[in-house]
Amino acid sequence: MKPANALKDRKSINGNTLLLLITIVLFFLLYAGGCIAFADKGFTNLQTFLNLLISNAGLICVACGMTCVMLTGGIDISVGSLVALDCMLLAYGTGTWGMSAPVMCLMVLGVGLLFGLVQGFCVGYLQIQPFIVTMAGMFFARGMTAVISTDQLSITAETSQTFYDWANFRIYLPFGGVVNRAGKLVMPYFRIGVVVAILVLIVIFLVLRYTKFGRSLYAVGGSEQSAAMMGLDVKKTKLKAYVLSSFLCSIGGICYCLNTQSASVSQATGLEMSAIASSVIGGTLLTGGVGNVIGSFFGVLINGTISSIVQTHGKLASSWPNILTAALLCFFIVLQSIFAFLKEKKK
Amino acid sequence: MLKGKKLTQQQLFLPLVCVLLVLAVNVVYDISQGNPFYNFFITHIENGVLQGRLITILNRGSEVAILAIGMTLVVSASAGTDISVGSVMSLCASFCCMLIAGYGVSSVENASEFAMPMIVGLLGALLMGCLCGAFNGALVAYLNIQPMVATLILWSAARAIGLLLCNNLIVYVRTEEYGVFGGYIGFMPTPIIIAIACIAVVSLVLKKTAMGMYIQSVGINKRASRIAGLNSKRIIFACYLLCGLCAGIAGIVNSSRITSADSNNIGLNMELDAILAVALGGNSLGGGRFNLAGSIIGAYTIQAITTTMYNLGISSAQAPVFKAIVVIVIVAIQAPPVKARFEKLRAVKEESTQKKEVAKV
Repeated sequence: MKPANALKDRKSINGNTLLLLITIVLFFLLYAGGCIAFADKGFTNLQTFLNLLISNAGLICVACGMTCVMLTGGIDISVGSLVALDCMLLAYGTGTWGMSAPVMCLMVLGVGLLFGLVQGFCVGYLQIQPFIVTMAGMFFARGMTAVISTDQLSITAETSQTFYDWANFRIYLPFGGVVNRAGKLVMPYFRIGVVVAILVLIVIFLVLRYTKFGRSLYAVGGSEQSAAMMGLDVKKTKLKAYVLSSFLCSIGGICYCLNTQSASVSQATGLEMSAIASSVIGGTLLTGGVGNVIGSFFGVLINGTISSIVQTHGKLASSWPNILTAALLCFFIVLQSIFAFLKEKKK
Repeated sequence: MLKGKKLTQQQLFLPLVCVLLVLAVNVVYDISQGNPFYNFFITHIENGVLQGRLITILNRGSEVAILAIGMTLVVSASAGTDISVGSVMSLCASFCCMLIAGYGVSSVENASEFAMPMIVGLLGALLMGCLCGAFNGALVAYLNIQPMVATLILWSAARAIGLLLCNNLIVYVRTEEYGVFGGYIGFMPTPIIIAIACIAVVSLVLKKTAMGMYIQSVGINKRASRIAGLNSKRIIFACYLLCGLCAGIAGIVNSSRITSADSNNIGLNMELDAILAVALGGNSLGGGRFNLAGSIIGAYTIQAITTTMYNLGISSAQAPVFKAIVVIVIVAIQAPPVKARFEKLRAVKEESTQKKEVAKV
């Protein structure tokens, strides 16, 4: 009897792993579906997959930060506006102020840190609800973007040669080339943003898994009281989580800007929704304590696949990706709650 | 001293102080502009309708006030916010206009064949609002999903569905009567009347029945209320249903102002305003006790802040910066650690005065 019970226990603990597994399987199913349906439109190319990474590099960074905050049981809805502010700073700084691109990047990162510090202080030390704090942050960042400039700016070779070079730098893969219509062999490539995003992903994965800070995030999210009783500084941990989120968001903002090379007030609206959806689809619980950046990564990929399928189809209305993502989100949320229900029943 | 303490501890203290502050800013602005200081309060009848800055605020603030009703109950009962109200507003408005104008005017040539009478459109919009509310409520109450997450689904989907219903177009309603809901009845702006009616009905129901108490009790302790014999789930469900209905009404009012359904812009960021109204009204966002009057005052305060900023010459895109600062300051004052610090300071002060008195004696 006993071994069977132990096995059952292990299975119930792995409910969250199962969620992650479902996410990964779903991604491959979606992608395979896209490949079968649009084989003639080049969906099977390796480049299509790399494009998925290129266009979502910023979102990957943002989703990593979002996951860290959500692990503590909080939420950060200011990320979309912060990305818009970052892009605007980059475009305006390199263009109108005539600063060099590396300086502006450092400045953007500094702004992210400062932003995170204020938000983290309000959430951790003043104990204001994260939703309210980050909502104010969202207003603030979006408004500041408008204060800097309400124009549609773009970064070109004239305004900043360095940034332009970064944005257009291609890293070719040594395999998987495709012969194009002109008869030339085109190698698949990816851009700098992807490298940054993957680095961020790996670093955050390691931090969450193997450092004291990472584990204290899980502890605080699991139960604040127990974490405090264990001797963890709950306030400091929360502060750090929000600083990390805003910092990663700034890195994501730079990646985003590398991809779009433009800035406007309405940029990246709804990015926070995509980031939250990615994290939730990837198995992060909004109550905190459970989650993994690998899941969030696949969440981002699922998001990207849906929109690229809709784009490739070409005849579907532009609102379909939103609806489909929301439907998926609904599916995963219900799944999570069923798992939680089953777990409780077992007890 | 004692009296002052009592005043600051009253629930309506904070929202009223905010209103006074906004009024003071307006008065100072008027004086600095060389206008009489009562300029802000002047209401007069022009072209047969009421005009004046105060009326503008009351008129424009109607949607937020209507949303704030539903939001207050949701926050109280489930300790969470319904962030989908803005999108649901947009969906309801789109659905309503689509029904009245016929499906996507310019895409179908004989659109008028598909057009429905106005009453169908209105009822359809209200029904759609209830449906959205029921969806949220079912997820929150019966599946035990955190409110923020559950309403996140419709937050993103509702606006998109609205766009889909309208074929990605701005649907114009050519029925003139439809403009009434955002226009005027006699000299009175209709949105004000609608808002007052909604507030009156809900507060009557809350006062005359035990519903208000039930909601508070569920919000304070769900399990205890269930043990006491309340159907907690059904009460939470009802709150979300009402919130959806409020969003539907607000959507009709907002689309009626422009007699069209602009799915992309109707109710944009309105959920934030509604939540702010609740927070400003002195309600705890952690659920439990609520004060409907506070929320309503909060809603109009927010509109007053917005209008004041426009008057001061701040553009609509830049206004959020100041809104954010105002919000953070207000919420920070209410934050428990800050409150505790203030109380400590006061206690120290009192102690020192007592000591002085003792020394004097």
